[in-house]
Amino acid sequence: MAKVKGAIVVDTVKCKGCGVCAANCPTDVIQLAKEVNDKGYNYAYMAKPDACIGCASCGLVCPDSCITVYRVRA
Amino acid sequence: MTEVEKVIISPENLVYSKPSVLTDNVMHYCPGCSHGTIHKLIAEVIDEMGIQEETIGVTPVGCSVFAYNYIDVDWQEAAHGRAPALATAIKRLLPEKYVFSYQGDGDLAAIGTGEAIHACNRGENIVMVFVNNGIYGMTGGQMAPTTLPGMPSSTCPAGRDAGRDGHPIRITEIMAQLPGTSFVTRQAVHTAAAVRKTKKALKKAFENQTAGKGTSFIEVVSTCNSGWKMTPVKANEWMEEHMFAYYPLGDVKDL
Repeated sequence: MAKVKGAIVVDTVKCKGCGVCAANCPTDVIQLAKEVNDKGYNYAYMAKPDACIGCASCGLVCPDSCITVYRVRA
Repeated sequence: MTEVEKVIISPENLVYSKPSVLTDNVMHYCPGCSHGTIHKLIAEVIDEMGIQEETIGVTPVGCSVFAYNYIDVDWQEAAHGRAPALATAIKRLLPEKYVFSYQGDGDLAAIGTGEAIHACNRGENIVMVFVNNGIYGMTGGQMAPTTLPGMPSSTCPAGRDAGRDGHPIRITEIMAQLPGTSFVTRQAVHTAAAVRKTKKALKKAFENQTAGKGTSFIEVVSTCNSGWKMTPVKANEWMEEHMFAYYPLGDVKDL
């Protein structure tokens, strides 16, 4: 099976830290940061970037459309 | 950003991003609100069908009253509950346009029940999106006609008592019985799989308009985590456990 590698870019300005992306990530890549953005929200980030498979589940469920997903076949 | 990430993050590897029909405005919704996800799906469908210039939406009264700030199409703002009436007028005057109404449960299932039922019964060739979170979210989480038995709200803190407050109304099943509707479905947006299904349903609804099949009615069972006094993730779990038991997902009618 070809190995698939993914990565996400979170718009940390728009992210409201709801955590729905983290709950939907099948490989537990996403966590909420200890730091906050300008509005005081703990934004989402890739805590385990190596595990990301670029499935876009996080992007699909993100209510604020702040996740962009990339995927490449390694 | 690591070296590996730098290689992956380039335009040719892009698999998912915000649809262009959605504006860059930061949504006023609470963190984790289902409205944002549903807005995005409508924008994606409009984007994929290439009907941005031909689409007219009707916003309701409720949290989604500002939907016109987020989806970049033409909009009309309806009086409370009157979105289907306004959508009827728009579609009859401009039959070549794609017309959809977007309403919450306080708007569609309470003050606007009459307009909604009659628009469906007449078989107006429009798409009606019904966002059901079982509560009046905007005004402070009061009991709605869709509040579940035993579900607490600010006006029934001990939970809804069906003997005193009546039973929650299943609008979607009512709409399915009317001869004017062609596609009646109930969906959700709490998981990636549910989001894909809802998008498919929305696309079908807009395509039905091209075919002139009659009213397409899409209920999206949603959360109001602020009104329910839960975290967004907990609200999604509560919805799966309780809301889906009373409001089962799936197509109710598909002609």
